[in-house]
Amino acid sequence: MNTPSLLAFDGLLLISIVSLAWAALATRDARRSVILFMAFGLVLALAWGRLLAPDVALAEAAIGAGLSGALLLAAVGGQQGARSGSAQNAGHADPQPAVRWAVTLLCAGVAGILGWALLESFDSSARDTLAQAVAANLASSGVSNPVTAVLLNFRAYDTLLELAVLLTAVLGIFALGQARPGYRFAGPVFDSLARWLVPLLILTAGHLLWVGAHAPGGAFQAGATLAAAAVVLRLAGHSHIGLPAGSVLRLVMVAGVAVFLLVGVTLLALGRPFLGYPPAWAGTLILVIESAAMLSIAATLVLAFLGGRPQALWQATGAAESVPPAATATPAALPEDSSGAATHGVCKEEQSRC
Amino acid sequence: MLTAQWLYGLTGCLVVALGLRAALLQSALLQRIVAVNVMGSGVFLMLIAVAYRGPGVAPDPVPHALVLTGIVVAVSATALALALVRRLHAEPGDG
Repeated sequence: MNTPSLLAFDGLLLISIVSLAWAALATRDARRSVILFMAFGLVLALAWGRLLAPDVALAEAAIGAGLSGALLLAAVGGQQGARSGSAQNAGHADPQPAVRWAVTLLCAGVAGILGWALLESFDSSARDTLAQAVAANLASSGVSNPVTAVLLNFRAYDTLLELAVLLTAVLGIFALGQARPGYRFAGPVFDSLARWLVPLLILTAGHLLWVGAHAPGGAFQAGATLAAAAVVLRLAGHSHIGLPAGSVLRLVMVAGVAVFLLVGVTLLALGRPFLGYPPAWAGTLILVIESAAMLSIAATLVLAFLGGRPQALWQATGAAESVPPAATATPAALPEDSSGAATHGVCKEEQSRC
Repeated sequence: MLTAQWLYGLTGCLVVALGLRAALLQSALLQRIVAVNVMGSGVFLMLIAVAYRGPGVAPDPVPHALVLTGIVVAVSATALALALVRRLHAEPGDG
């Protein structure tokens, strides 16, 4: 593509981004705001494609626009079911015009400082150091996609902590209450669409996980796609939506963190640095960690969409394992208690698969 | 310095400011959550612009990895915030 048409494309894209952001934030109607935010996310995914960040584009389309939008829309629906949309704002008065101007000036100042810092960083000569370090060590990372190499090898710490953040968020959601009641069964058209869509989404998730080693993709995109399959099932009125029940669900929730930690600690015991994979094993270890992470991410996102403890699934534990009722009454505490056992179980499972 | 890099980067700054303004001024909790998400997207735009090296040149993968992590953390924070809002509205006697 020649430069003038590319510049025109950039201009159109950036104008769409700013106007969609403005429109999503200016409206007082929550549903309209969420739908405009989803459109904003999709246009943003185009921008990631334009800036040669296909990994980020995939994640943005699946998570940023897709699942965030589904979460927010479900919340809007729940609020409007409980009360009329406007009543929720009744207690709050709009800020005074003077306050609005002060805040606007403050935000303009923040934008100015950010812009100045950004333009300074473009001129600095040291900015390529990290990129060169990644390029120099890519051969020993076990994968050939540099983004996966950074996420699962060079900066594996960050990803481990990110999975811990996900687990913490879902425990917080569990502590806040029970899942939303399910949806009605869908009509035949949506139901047959779901029959086609769900297997395709599961296949796509597997493909994204595998291909992440050498092309755009990986555990995050795969987990989000898997979660999307469950959201489709949920919208079609299915109650179990592919989530396992009871202790298996808890195992899946902690699988990502547990396998990651187990690999790290094992390497430490073998005299290597924490999460410092031997180059010969790096590819296999990354695939094992990513498989567990995909399952955890998918389960977390689905549980977030349910919006609380899925009561039917926790109760199934009681029946299957004869856990005393007192234990099922405090399910938020259970995943931590069982994480020790989880580590071994999941690890065996993962190793036998590879 | 590339034109696209500063165009996208400065748009990111603008989006951060728009999101911050709405997060401070909006009274409805749900729209505040949307505003914080828009603000985060502005930061991602700045980071991806920093990583860009021009057409046909491999971009810096480190900011890409940071943004991927950021997207997942943002969705989990959004989910927790929404659960908090839902609980707040479910409490008896709230305004």
